[in-house]
Amino acid sequence: MTRKQRRGVLIGTSLVVLGVAVGLVLYAMSDSIVFFYSPSDLTAMQAAPGKRFRLGGLVETGSVERDVGTTVRFVVTDGAKTLPVTYTGVLPDLFREGQGVVAEGTLEPDGVFHADNVLAKHDEKYMPPEVAAKLKKQGVWRGEASGPSPNATN
Amino acid sequence: MIAETGHYALILALGVAIVQMVLPVIGTRYRDPQLTAIAVPAAQLEFILIAIAFFALMTAYVTSDFSVLNVWQNSAAAKPMLYKISGVWGNHEGSMILWVLILTLFGAAVATFGTNLPRQLQANVLAVQGSIAVAFLLFIVITSNPFIRLNPAPFDGQGMNPVLQDPALAFHPPFLYAGYVGFSMAFSFAVAALIDGRIDAAWARWVRPWTLAAWMCLTLGISMGSWWAYYELGWGGFWFWDPVENASFMPWLAGTALLHSSLVMEKRDALKVWTILLAIITFSLSLMGTFLVRSGVLTSVHAFAVDPARGVFILAIMGVFIGGAFALFAWRAPLLSQGGLFAPISREGSLVLNNLLLTVACAAVLVGTLYPLALEALTGDKISVGAPFFNLTFGPLIVALLIVVPFGPLLAWKRGDLLAAAQRLMAAAIVALLVMVVVLAFMQKGPWLAPLGIGLGVWLLLGAVTDIANRVKLFEAASGEAWRRARNLPRAAYGGALAHAGLGLVVIGIVATTAWRAERIEALAPGQTLDIAGYQLLFEGVEPRQGPNYRARVGMFKVTRGGSPVTELMPSKREFIVEKNATTESAIHVSWRGDLYVVLGDQLKNGAYSVRVYFNPLVRLIWLGGLVMFFGGGVSLSDRRLRVGAPKRARAKAEAAAAGK
Repeated sequence: MTRKQRRGVLIGTSLVVLGVAVGLVLYAMSDSIVFFYSPSDLTAMQAAPGKRFRLGGLVETGSVERDVGTTVRFVVTDGAKTLPVTYTGVLPDLFREGQGVVAEGTLEPDGVFHADNVLAKHDEKYMPPEVAAKLKKQGVWRGEASGPSPNATN
Repeated sequence: MIAETGHYALILALGVAIVQMVLPVIGTRYRDPQLTAIAVPAAQLEFILIAIAFFALMTAYVTSDFSVLNVWQNSAAAKPMLYKISGVWGNHEGSMILWVLILTLFGAAVATFGTNLPRQLQANVLAVQGSIAVAFLLFIVITSNPFIRLNPAPFDGQGMNPVLQDPALAFHPPFLYAGYVGFSMAFSFAVAALIDGRIDAAWARWVRPWTLAAWMCLTLGISMGSWWAYYELGWGGFWFWDPVENASFMPWLAGTALLHSSLVMEKRDALKVWTILLAIITFSLSLMGTFLVRSGVLTSVHAFAVDPARGVFILAIMGVFIGGAFALFAWRAPLLSQGGLFAPISREGSLVLNNLLLTVACAAVLVGTLYPLALEALTGDKISVGAPFFNLTFGPLIVALLIVVPFGPLLAWKRGDLLAAAQRLMAAAIVALLVMVVVLAFMQKGPWLAPLGIGLGVWLLLGAVTDIANRVKLFEAASGEAWRRARNLPRAAYGGALAHAGLGLVVIGIVATTAWRAERIEALAPGQTLDIAGYQLLFEGVEPRQGPNYRARVGMFKVTRGGSPVTELMPSKREFIVEKNATTESAIHVSWRGDLYVVLGDQLKNGAYSVRVYFNPLVRLIWLGGLVMFFGGGVSLSDRRLRVGAPKRARAKAEAAAAGK
């Protein structure tokens, strides 16, 4: 095999692998990506029933209802619009009324968002950036509400 | 006073790092041996200074000195000692100090043990290391100083995120950083070689142990992180394709490729330009990982408090180092001579294929990680790219790689015989196929791909065995001869085979637990039972308990199997007093079949509790495999050829070359 042929084999293999990878990525992009919406986004647009997406906002105070089973109902609000959510399973530790939440699932024809995965913010200071950005846009952002912090000196 | 000492040492270290960055380069440029020689003591002194700063911060944590802002924010008097210590790196500022500590440790190691390196190469490597230290020390001093004081000092601290108060997590960051930062050695060697415009097989021999050590640490760090996420986050999953996990996984993929390509360079003096490029890419990905975690652009457990100034600073560091290295590469790489020739079917060819598949798989992960960020910046749409994307893209590429792994070690250098290799692997292939058929026959549920995956894992395991058997001529020579060969086999051969076998274990673990996991979520009142995977769980009720810095509600479960008692499981919910935060502690029963995993949920209206129970078959193999890979790396690292550095002949040649320049 000449040097040229060897190089040809190498380049050919690389192109095949790259081509397959690009094809896979493009296919996966069209199929397995989940969008993120706030309740206001959803009223502005018509979400197709059965299409998976993530819903973000605050858990409306006083809206959490537990059934006898493990199903939980709550309402997600972004200050302007609200959307009822139902979820079966164990909620994350940091799920609380009045706090940020991200739910993943589908909007069903009954107008209720059926979540199969609920993520809550990870600590007191932390809010999912998606939620913070949407809330800022809605004008209900109250900043990082933390306790009185002593003065820092150098 | 101690905090001020640390602060002072930090700023002094910045000065020393600037000296280490500038003078050796001038020295090598103008052939001034005295200036060149400054690199060694500078690197050693810098490590000592950073160590002083690090231990000053640790002292502040251990003694709960809340007059230090960083300690007040991240610690509390009632916190157990282990977490007071791990709290040093459980926050942004402290973890950056650890980052630089490891960086300077590697630098000092090159300065101290790299006595057999050509002076010029050593000086340039240390100068590049110094420049990285300068960038990150500036970053710490300007935006993330951990020694800022509080006045007046508060009585008690704010505590540490309880999710992080965990033994596995105490040691996860140091290993991860050692991996990230360890790749800076390969990077520094690559840049030094580009500055020199000269590179040879001896270069690869010097780089390989450092890359191997970094790769081992990263392997262990990722395994620990995955293990922690498994038992602490309460979802029973071991990998979530979270962007931050990806940020550590990408350098691992690129580093694995680098490990293999430097092998080709060391043995055959080929793939030089590619190896240099890969060294730059690997460290660039490590830097990117640091950026993604620190900048707050990601939603993750790991995201530290968001501070845009820090993100911009790290972005600038990234731009300078990655941009600079690639520019240097474009400018100088054409100077590097091309190395040995090889046929497509050969050990080199198989390693090229390994590199190709690893880097392309890494690129797929990169696209999936960065695409949401790019899309948001461009269109404002927010999307999340999760497991389905990565399964669809990364999956097929890595499966293709796993299929060819056993062939690699059986092919000869330069020109291999694929048919002969296939014949040697026949036994492994037949057993793997048999396993597939047996699993398929006994499988009651789960995807049809699962038996193929198990077969693939077995194929990797037996491929590794075949590799060793072939090297010692197990069935070809007399048994005494095989034993003699086995004893004389270089440790690197055993290390490689072990690492590949570990990979097989990981594959089996992932496939089994993904395909055949059982999950039940139910509302249980005390006295009720639940059946899963042959186990019967009796819920006996919930008891309150008091921990050192938390209150807990502990669920009591009596586990039986076929009527005979197995164990008692006590999952709990912990309410941390200082942090005003809750965590879920899962309870896990480990058996050879798999893990029985119980999580206690919230109390429901009628006094029942929501309870989540998983059975994760063979899930332990994932971390066991990671350990085996780590161990394999260690065996390889202990190889004489690596331990004593370059052999005499290569050293003499390199010195002659350096002298003749």
